[in-house]
Amino acid sequence: MGKKRAAIVGLSEWAPQRVWDEPMFSLEAHARLAAEVLADAGVDKAEVDGLVVSSVYESPMFGPSAAAEYLGLKTNFAEIVDLGGATACGMIWRAAAAIEVGACETCLVLCPSVIPPRPDGDGPRKMDFPIYLGGDAWGSPQGQFEIPEGLVAATPSFAMVAQRYMDRYGLREETLAKIAVEERDNAQRNPDAIFHGKPITIDDVMNSRYVCDPLKLLEIVMPCFGGAAVLVTTPERAKRARHRPVYVSGFGEHCTHKSITYAPDLLDNPIRVAADRAFKMAGTERSAVDMASMYDCFTITVLVTIENAGFCGKGEGEAFVSERSLRWDGDWPLNTHGGQLGMGQAGTAGGMGHATEAVRQLMGRAGDRQLGKADVAYVNGTGGMMAEQVALIFEGA
Amino acid sequence: MGLRHTESGRPLPLPNPTTQPFFDAAREHRLALQRCPRDGFFYYPRSRCPHCLGDDWAWETCSGEGEVHSFTIDRVGHVPALREYAPFAIAIVELANGPRITARLVDVSVDDVAIGMPVEPAFEDVDGITLVHFRPRA
Ligand SMILES: [Zn+2]
Repeated sequence: MGKKRAAIVGLSEWAPQRVWDEPMFSLEAHARLAAEVLADAGVDKAEVDGLVVSSVYESPMFGPSAAAEYLGLKTNFAEIVDLGGATACGMIWRAAAAIEVGACETCLVLCPSVIPPRPDGDGPRKMDFPIYLGGDAWGSPQGQFEIPEGLVAATPSFAMVAQRYMDRYGLREETLAKIAVEERDNAQRNPDAIFHGKPITIDDVMNSRYVCDPLKLLEIVMPCFGGAAVLVTTPERAKRARHRPVYVSGFGEHCTHKSITYAPDLLDNPIRVAADRAFKMAGTERSAVDMASMYDCFTITVLVTIENAGFCGKGEGEAFVSERSLRWDGDWPLNTHGGQLGMGQAGTAGGMGHATEAVRQLMGRAGDRQLGKADVAYVNGTGGMMAEQVALIFEGA
Repeated sequence: MGLRHTESGRPLPLPNPTTQPFFDAAREHRLALQRCPRDGFFYYPRSRCPHCLGDDWAWETCSGEGEVHSFTIDRVGHVPALREYAPFAIAIVELANGPRITARLVDVSVDDVAIGMPVEPAFEDVDGITLVHFRPRA
């Protein structure tokens, strides 16, 4: 057991939806998640003195104070985190670190990804995916040198990681397909997953159309709406918690670039440094990990993350994945909720889903997909184009 | 805001004072990059060298010879106005003098693109600005 820095004592997560039936403002979603996560933890709102948010649409500036005001909080720690897909993991370690140093005691970590009602009162809204991802700001290098060349969204970037990997190590596309299939298998045990009731086969993946070679449609997450949250508190407070406390015993973060063009090495990703720091901090061996919850915007993300996080050597990812079952009932459980490939990618809540699933498993609340032994979890987030990555080690009490 | 779009919706760069010399050279169908006296060439154009943060760099015209470091075939055209070009290849090109540049590959069948393929710049004049793509080197 690593150091008991801070503990996660409650969670809330909404089933991702392709079309959001219940338009609500981001502030309203923050309030609903806060109420739900406090109820789940059995903690009174009066105990909350910390708040971490990722984006507050109704207050593009002053987001943390806008959310604190709406929720009626008096905070000793109010933080906003902007690390793309690594945001949720980055929020959790910042909350844990703030608690460890005594900046606050009980901290809400809220990741809603919803859509507001329209001024004209029209009904449900579909996802309008921002393909430029903010890269079209005035003066942006991306806007001048990459967007005009067609490098937008995320798929082309990750496809180039996959292509480089295949050229270097001879990866078979079937191995990437196996990741998509086994994560989808896990989603069959998760009624909240967008692909619950829709299992797929290797052939289905191999026969799905190429979007950006070598990535095919069924290897790519589906953008959704949703929301997820956790409550983090002190080890002392956690002892009185309703559920088994889940300690954040180690964390690491590393960032080397924004655009994939400028990644120092397409196959030596920031998670290598982040995971090393997390395991060292936790004093935990990789062999002690009972489950991995790895950011999976694409299948290739999982493969290179397994390698770079140190679960196997460089170039050994194909053998690692081929020789193991990644299913919840397999010998190397990965993304037991179905991952974002199986559950849907609900903005920053999609990244939070990797953490909430690990919390669920370590608390013994994973229902039909509960692991037999779940004491140590490895969780990570990947932001941008394999750019900003965060690793967390969770340990059950 | 940081882009302008052609009538058909193609996104085009909006140069600023720091990046203008790159686009001025491109208009003459030259690839110009900044070179730091200590750290060599860097890309994209910046006010300071990304290695040492020095500002004593100078613009130099380069051949732009390099090779495909990685690539993908965009079958969809993620930028809607580029759909008419799909499928097209996007490549990270590693220049012989160091920097990497991501650009569309032109004058090549998507079936013939491979990692390690020698390439050189290919200039396209569009609506008052010149884009720098790459094409196979003979
Ligand atoms: Zn320099």
